[in-house]
Parts: sequence; structure tokens; C-alpha cells
Amino acid sequence: MIVPLLQVDQVGKRFGGFVALDDIGLDIAEGERVGLIGPNGSGKSTLVNCICGTLRNDTGTVTFAGETMDGLAAHARTRRGLARSFQLPRPFMSLSVAENIRVPLLYTVNARQGPHLSPRELDDRCMELLKLVALDAKGGKNPRDLTQVEMRKLELARAMAAEPKLLISDEAMAGLSHSEIEDIVALLIRLNERGITIIMIEHIMRAVMSFSQRLVVLVSGKKIADGKPDEVIKDQEVVGAYLGQ
Amino acid sequence: MEFDLLINAIIAGILLGGFYAAVTAGISISFGMLDIVNIAHPAFIILGSYIVYIVNISFGLDPIIVSILVLPAFYILGAVVYQVYYLSFEKFGQESLRGLAFFFGLLFVTEVCLLLVFGVDYRSVNAPYIGSSLTFGGIEFPYRLLVPFLVALAMFVALQIFLSHTFIGRAVMAVSQDPMALRLMAVDPTRIKRIAFGISIATASLAGAFLIIIQPVIPSVGRDYIGRIFAICVLGGLGSLPGTIIAALLLGVIESITSTFYGPSWAPAVSFGILLLTLAVRPSGLLGR
Amino acid sequence: MRTPVFILLEIVIGAALYLLFRRYGNDYLFFAGYTVLQFIVLATAWNILGGYCGYVNFGTAGFFALGAYSSVFFYTLAQSLEDVVPESLQAPLKAILPLPVPVLIIIGGIVAGLIGLGTGYLTLRLRGVFFAIATLALAVVLQTIMVNWEFVGGSRGAYVIPPNAVPVFGPYIQYLFVLMSILVIIALTAARLIERSRLGYGFATIRDDELAAEASGVPTLKLKLIATVVSGALMGMAGAPFPFYIGYVEPDSAFNLSYAVNAIAMPMIGGTTSWVGPLIGAILLGTLQQIATVTISSALNLLIVGLLLIGFVIVAPSGIIGLWQSWTRKKTS
Repeated sequence: MIVPLLQVDQVGKRFGGFVALDDIGLDIAEGERVGLIGPNGSGKSTLVNCICGTLRNDTGTVTFAGETMDGLAAHARTRRGLARSFQLPRPFMSLSVAENIRVPLLYTVNARQGPHLSPRELDDRCMELLKLVALDAKGGKNPRDLTQVEMRKLELARAMAAEPKLLISDEAMAGLSHSEIEDIVALLIRLNERGITIIMIEHIMRAVMSFSQRLVVLVSGKKIADGKPDEVIKDQEVVGAYLGQ
Repeated sequence: MEFDLLINAIIAGILLGGFYAAVTAGISISFGMLDIVNIAHPAFIILGSYIVYIVNISFGLDPIIVSILVLPAFYILGAVVYQVYYLSFEKFGQESLRGLAFFFGLLFVTEVCLLLVFGVDYRSVNAPYIGSSLTFGGIEFPYRLLVPFLVALAMFVALQIFLSHTFIGRAVMAVSQDPMALRLMAVDPTRIKRIAFGISIATASLAGAFLIIIQPVIPSVGRDYIGRIFAICVLGGLGSLPGTIIAALLLGVIESITSTFYGPSWAPAVSFGILLLTLAVRPSGLLGR
Repeated sequence: MRTPVFILLEIVIGAALYLLFRRYGNDYLFFAGYTVLQFIVLATAWNILGGYCGYVNFGTAGFFALGAYSSVFFYTLAQSLEDVVPESLQAPLKAILPLPVPVLIIIGGIVAGLIGLGTGYLTLRLRGVFFAIATLALAVVLQTIMVNWEFVGGSRGAYVIPPNAVPVFGPYIQYLFVLMSILVIIALTAARLIERSRLGYGFATIRDDELAAEASGVPTLKLKLIATVVSGALMGMAGAPFPFYIGYVEPDSAFNLSYAVNAIAMPMIGGTTSWVGPLIGAILLGTLQQIATVTISSALNLLIVGLLLIGFVIVAPSGIIGLWQSWTRKKTS
């Protein structure tokens, strides 16, 4: 039996009296393209935070590539291949756009076992990633000078720079135009074809449907659906709790 | 008899603790609820002490009365300081480094100004009750500790009532947790924060009077209290007034016992030691959120 | 500019300064110059943790005094060997004591660095604010310990009598001046190296957004600890020669708040984003204070520093470097 790449087992998280995540169980196999949807405040970002180590889950375990993530700091999880983009972009404001990409290259790719990238290769890799998200002309600029949309792309590029095995994209497409959305979806599918497992959190149903092989729905901290996209969107509970809105 | 000594130390500690709680009340609001690290708070307290001193020496007014008269001025001072802080730092989200440096600068400048004006001599106030004690059941309650303790208690009760039963008070408690909700109620969070900060500095006026009743002051005394204030804040749990009182009483008693049995020169280390310990073991404090 | 060239340049400038003072100046210039050099080290050290990482240290005096008091400890040990040490250890100790100042500098650095590590380990996992308060706490705890420790003088203080003259340099103060110059070279080189290395990027991400830094693979706790240890060690090294400079060490002066204020004011006024900022700030403020202490009272002089700090923090948060950068930007556009 093949061990799933990511195993989320009975994960729970509370903030004071508020239950953000309630006994979440989720297995993601290597190579899957999973969409994660749900209303605002349903716990999607909290789940991502718990998986990636930004927050500690109160109960349950997160296992990645067969290794338990309990107690591991976020940077250690990133180095093991778990990368995420933030819903609200968090660029490093005192660094240039290109330098923002350089940081994960320096601290994740070059921190792993195996050959390290030389400074020249680092420069090339930065350029490559910037080109992927069409930001190559703005490499020298400060993130403050980017538009919201460009900042989201930078956010995604920074996550990709960590060369993850599993990439979680948290609402990267808000505010993008139709063609930009198509570009990003195509990009993510290409990454997936290269072997990267991807979880896409989105509200834009077109993007989710064209991307996902599997759809998971979170409502009020509970998983209420998990299966083929076509079936899930017809599920009564899902329609009532989210899609019908 | 050791036991007698212990009892008196504990009582003195409790009374002192009440005073510490009053001193910390202001920080409980500014740091605990508004998330503003006003490490200059002790400077405002010392300022209060010296103002009380001048009026007391010149006109013979009771120190606590003086501090109540000066309360509005301190409130306005607090509102002005907050406005500068807000316009310079909070608006841009750069509070941490610059805000800390700003308040540190304020602390320092205030201390040096007081030094230039008053010099390094210890100053104290005169009041009929200072120097005598109430003896009750064989235990001594020095008035210089008892009076501030009682007034501090009254101040705390007033604060608690304000925070839980008035609209502005509840808005203050809400502002740190949910500024958006406040805005939806057509209340300007900045105005609420300004009011709250003003109140926090106003408490410094009273605390200043308490301080100079309890002990003679010189400008650098403020710095001894930074440790105590933050130790109490952290130990009690940020933003919790009841927590502040419990932590303050605890600190007062521990300090008093240490002072009595090991000598007063170890007292400053107690509060800071407690602070470091709490930060290391349970940073959210006893009753913190 | 490659680092070895930079070091060479520093040595050349330092040597030129020394020779200039020796030729045209008097002892006073060396005394005053030593203080300014000391401030350069303290400001640069503070900036490694404060400016680069964004973690404010209010306890500069504590680390500085650790260096000073470890020197006092070994000096007093050498003076009172017969009284405090058992017979068996006296001979070997007599051979190495009294320790020369360069060795004391290294010891001061190690002691301060270790304390920095300990404090950091306890508090760097929390928000920067708690770390700042903890550093204040640390300074007071250390001061209380020194006040109560009779061996190093307690509250009465300790006298340290340096030799009158030293071979090669002549007056002892010139020897100390050269030592402090070497420390300046070490501090500036270290700061510049860090800035341009991977470490510099890591520090900057911690300052900008710790959460995003962690998500990008930056081991924030480890880097913060490194910064704290380097910063604290440099401060301790700056403090180690202090007893020999001043002759009399007591807690109130060793732990003086002016160290804390200056260590913060100098980088913030000079500019926190590069090694040049603390250098400019220290030279400017340091020289200003030397002049002021002689002409006006030292309390007034500190008042000016405090007011300048507040002023710059509000009006010119990027310091003199920032002002210069926006001025040159305006000229080119």
C-alpha cells in the first residue's frame, strides 16, 4: 500500500472558545490535484496553517511523506517539501522582488542535502521563476511598487521557489482577470505534471473545477464532502452550505 | 520571633501589592488591551510624584488630593502622546521597533529633565498619616502603605466598572479584539484608543501620589518599576485586570519576604526574575487570553 | 569591495588616525577617541540584532557590564590570589595571572555571548516586545547581582590600577585606544560580512515578516540566537577594557542607562539598514557628547541625545542614511 504524501489525522484547533477545526481527516496521495473550498471562516486557512506549522494543532497529527510533523517548526516543514502561499501576500518589503524569490532558494533549496546552487545558478533560477509568473521585468523593484495582482503572483512564485513536493496555494487568484486565472491554472497543472502535488484553495469555482481532480469542502471547521468534483458540487449539503450562496 | 516577622512581611507585601497593582493598571490598559508598549509609563508615574511633591510642599495639600486634581492634565497628556504615536507609527504598521524606541526616548528624556530640575536628592511628601501605623490584632498596618492600598482598590473598582458597564469602556475592551466590529458600530477605533491611553496615563497621576507616599523618590526610581510593572502584567496575563491584581499581590508578598529575610538590595531582582521565569514557562500568564 | 580589502582599508585608516593623534594630539584626544570608538562598537553590535533583525535590546548596559566585571573579577583574583585560592592552585594561577587585556576581551565576549544565548533561548520564541522587556530585566538582574557581590566590589565599587606605561605605545591609554580600534575593525567587518551574506537576507526577512520567513525555510529562532550571541559578545568585548580605562568600576556607572540610550540612538539616527549607519551615528553623537560633557553638564548632554532619538524616530525613521538616499534620489530625478 502506498503511503499518502500528506496525512491529516483528526486534527483540531480552537481559539479560546471558538472551534476553528473539528476532527479533520484528509489523505492526499502523491501527484493529486486537490481543490479545497468552503465559505469564509470555515477553517481553510487555519487548516493550511496547521499543516505547514505556522500554527500548532491542538489535537491530531499531520504526517508528511511518512514522517510526523508534530513539533516541527514551519521552516523545517518547508525544507521537507511542504510549501504554501499566503492568502494575504506577505512579501519581504525591504528586499527587491528578485531577492524575495532568492530567500527560499537560499534557505530551502540550498539548505537541503544534495548539490547546492551556485550564486550564478541562483540568479538563473530567480529569473526562471520570475518569468513563470510574468514578473521578470520587475525583478529589481520593491514589492511596494507592485499591483495587488502582481503581489499574489510573487507570493506564488516564492512558494514555488522552495521546490516543494506539496504546494498549497491559498486563494492566489482573487482579483485576477479571466486570462490571468487561466494562466495560473495552466501553470499549476504544469507543475503538477512535473510531479508536484497541489492543494488549491479558491473561491473562484471556474478555476477550482478546471484544476481539481478531487474536491474537498470545509464548512464551520468540519469536512462535509470529499470526492470527485462533479459529484461534490451536486451534493445537497455542499449546495446548501456554500455553493447556493 | 520569626513568625511575627513573616506575618508583618506578608501584610506589608499585600499592601505594597495593592500599590503595585495601581501602578500596573495603566500598562494593563495600554499594553494589555491596546497593544502599545509604553515603557515610558514609569516616567509618567514619577512625573506625577514630583508634581505632587511640589504642590504638597508649597501648599500643604494632601498628596492624593493633588493627584486627583491633576488627573485631567495627565489624561490630556496621554491623549497627546497617543496621537503622536498613532500618526508616526501605528498608522504605518511600524509600531514595533520605532514605537519602542519612541517610548524609550520619552522615558529617558523625562527622567533626565526631572534630574536637571530636581537633582539627585530624595524627595518625600508630608501628610498627617505618614509615619504612624494602625495596629490590629497584633499586626502592624503602616498608614503610608494602607492609605494608598485602599485608594488603589477604589481606583481599580472604578476602572472595572467603567470597563464593563459604560459604552466607552466596553468599546475599549473590544477595540483590541475586533476593531472592525467597532467601525461597523460607527465608533472610531482611533478615538477609543486615544481615550483609553489617556485613561492609562491618568492612572499614572494617582500612582505617582501613591509612590511618593510609600517611599522617597529620585528620578531613576521609575526604572526600578519597569520590571515590576511588566512582571505583573505578564504574570497576571495581558489585558486581565483581575489577573493584574493577583499577580501584583503575589509579587508584593514575594518581594517583601525576600527583602525582610535576605535584604532589600535583592528586591529588584525578584520582579525581573519572576518576569524571566514567566516568559520562559507560561508566557500567557495566570489569567491571560 | 572584497572583505580582505575592506579590512586592509580599516587598518590603514585606523593606523593613520592613531599616528595623527600621537603626533599632534595629547592624551585627552586618546581618552575622548576611546569613548567614541567604544560607541562605534556598541552601536554596531546593537544594530546587528536591532536594525538587521528588528529585535530591540534595551539591556546593552548589561552586556557591556558583563565584560567589564569579568575583567574586574580576574584583576581582583590576581590581586588577592593568596587570600581566596587554595594553595594547590596558587602556583599555576600565578603563572597566567594577571591576564592581559586582549585575553580579557575574549573572555568578556564569551561570557556576554553565553548570557545572550541563555536569555535569547528563553525569550526569542515570543514576540519581539517580550524580548525587549526581558533584556531590560536582564540588565537589572545583573546589576543587582553585581551590587551584592562583594568580591568585585559590590555597591562600593572596585579600583583597577593599570600599569602606567606599556612598551611600544607608551602611555597606557594609547594601548587601550589601539585595542578598541581593533575591536571597531572586528565589529564593522562582522556587520558588513553579515549584511552581504545569506545570513543578512535571513535577518532581513525576520525583520520584515517572521511568519513568511519561516514559510520560506528560514530557521528564525536559530538566526535570532546567532544575532543575539554576536551582538552580546561584541558588547561584552567592548566592556572588557573599560575598568582599565576608567580606573574605578561601580554598578551605577557600569550599568548606566546612557549606554542603553546611546546604543539605540546612534544606529537609529545614523540608519539601521547598513553597517555605515551605526558608524555615522556613533561618530556624530559620540563626538557631540564629548564636546557637550565638557561645555555643558552631562545630564543636559544626555537630554539632547534622548530628544534627538525621539525626533529622528518620528521624523526621519531611516536615519541619516535614509535622508541621504532620498536626497540623492531627488537629485537624479
